[in-house]
Amino acid sequence: MLQLAGVSAGYGSFQALFDVSLDVGAGEAVGVIGPNGAGKTTLMRVISGMLPVRAGRIDLEGRALAGMPAHRVIGEGIAHVPENRRLFPGLTVEENLRMGAYIPSARQHVRERLEWVYELFPRLKERRDQIAGTLSGGEQQMCAIGRALMSKPKILLMDEPSAGLAPLVVQQVFGLVRRIREEGFTVLIVEQNVQQVLEVVDRAYLLEVGRIRLSGSAEELKNNDFVRQAYMGI
Amino acid sequence: MDIYLVEAIINGILLGGVLALLALGLNLIFGVVDVVWIAYAEMVMVGMYVIYWLHAYYGWPLPLACLVAVIGVGLLGILVHLLIIQPILGSAPINQLLATGGLLFFLQSFATLLFGTDFRNIGLRMPIIEIGDIFISFSRLIAFCVALAGAVILYFFLSRTHIGTAIRAISQDREIMGLMGVDERKVYVITSAVGGSLAGLAACLLVLQYDVHPFIGLSFGPITFMICVLGGLGNMIGGFVAAFLMSQIISVGGYYFSIELSYVFAFLFFIVLMFIRPQGILAK
Ligand SMILES: Nc1ncnc2c1ncn2[C@@H]1O[C@H](COP(=O)(O)OP(=O)(O)O)[C@@H](O)[C@H]1O
Ligand SMILES: [Mg+2]
Repeated sequence: MLQLAGVSAGYGSFQALFDVSLDVGAGEAVGVIGPNGAGKTTLMRVISGMLPVRAGRIDLEGRALAGMPAHRVIGEGIAHVPENRRLFPGLTVEENLRMGAYIPSARQHVRERLEWVYELFPRLKERRDQIAGTLSGGEQQMCAIGRALMSKPKILLMDEPSAGLAPLVVQQVFGLVRRIREEGFTVLIVEQNVQQVLEVVDRAYLLEVGRIRLSGSAEELKNNDFVRQAYMGI
Repeated sequence: MDIYLVEAIINGILLGGVLALLALGLNLIFGVVDVVWIAYAEMVMVGMYVIYWLHAYYGWPLPLACLVAVIGVGLLGILVHLLIIQPILGSAPINQLLATGGLLFFLQSFATLLFGTDFRNIGLRMPIIEIGDIFISFSRLIAFCVALAGAVILYFFLSRTHIGTAIRAISQDREIMGLMGVDERKVYVITSAVGGSLAGLAACLLVLQYDVHPFIGLSFGPITFMICVLGGLGNMIGGFVAAFLMSQIISVGGYYFSIELSYVFAFLFFIVLMFIRPQGILAK
């Protein structure tokens, strides 16, 4: 469904991604793991159009995305839950969700989408009129995911949804990721929480200093000695 | 109770409505586009000339002339954004100030060239309302009511529409607007149109009460700017409150002393509050 071939990107004279190729099949959940500064966030930003591609191709169901500005990429069916959640802190929960349905094709269905997200995450319904900045960390992540779902994307990008949350809340967030999978969404998820993410994805890539170092099924990576030593502390 | 004081307070409230409208427009632009339109009051002046021209010169009905002013200054807002602001969006704030400041002098000189420095009046005579022993100018009352109605419409626009929500969101997190499918440049253009229309609406209200001349902007520009800073630049509610505070100082001060001195008081109040509450009166 989503294919990256030989993608390079960077900031000014600094190159953050080198010749990255990966693909995500329809209905699959794929993880990208790697240490801090590896370029995981950069990878997500390149896919959603926040950062221009310097070389290579990005295709979604055969349509070329490279060079498209972010506000058009979401219309192609890619929703991005950014690092650190990035809710609009002064808007209410419901207003944040509505922002997720800004594109015309989603705006038409905003009522049913809201009902659907509230059904998926009843906690958000309880908090619908609360100012988003006052939510707890876990609720904010729930709202950020809900906001991305409002456009009914073909693929959902999630950048470290469990970062900065208490251990118990981390469990809940991975529970949310499972739920989204069960809804049939295709997911590309970045995580530093390697052990946990390998429990919810089908396959994963290991990114190091801007390059794909390893890839394989979740089982393979879980049993890979290098991954176990470097990323799972075993 | 001193009925002249009551009159001064009422006049202060009425003046506050128009100042609040101007402050809302300026704050809206600043909050969204992150640029201060120094020439905002001069755009009001353009609107006043449009109304004068169409109504007093060509004999159009006043409401129609006002409508043209609202739409025309709205379009002017779009032009100002596309021609002056957009090319310098990424540059240093001082350059942006110089550019919109340049527009101020351009509009002033342009008006002088076209109309000379004469004071022009649309020649409308409105009745004075008498309640008990208190006299209230009908034109001021209308101006106040329309200004308030404008503020309410703006409120509903910002809180109930998709584009309005985007306008409020953009100042909270500019970088991720694209992920929501929002084209920032379009939001800027729409905001500039709305800000311009508010200046056009203010022109309709001011032309009822004041003569228009090329330097009328100087009577409202600096005070509007002070109100916005006092309320916290970009803070619409703060600006709204500050408008009524400043207008009371001007009106009541004018009653006890003189109108010139009351502007001095307003300015002193501004300076003092800048030391006590540099982030604005409503800052936490
Ligand atoms: N806005 C930026 N400007 C310059 N360099 C950046 C910027 N954002 C990230 N980088 C650099 O790019 C590299 C990859 O960063 P990032 O993609 O955020 O890594 P990760 O998400 O894996 O921690 C890092 O070396 C980081 O310092
Ligand atoms: Mg990151």
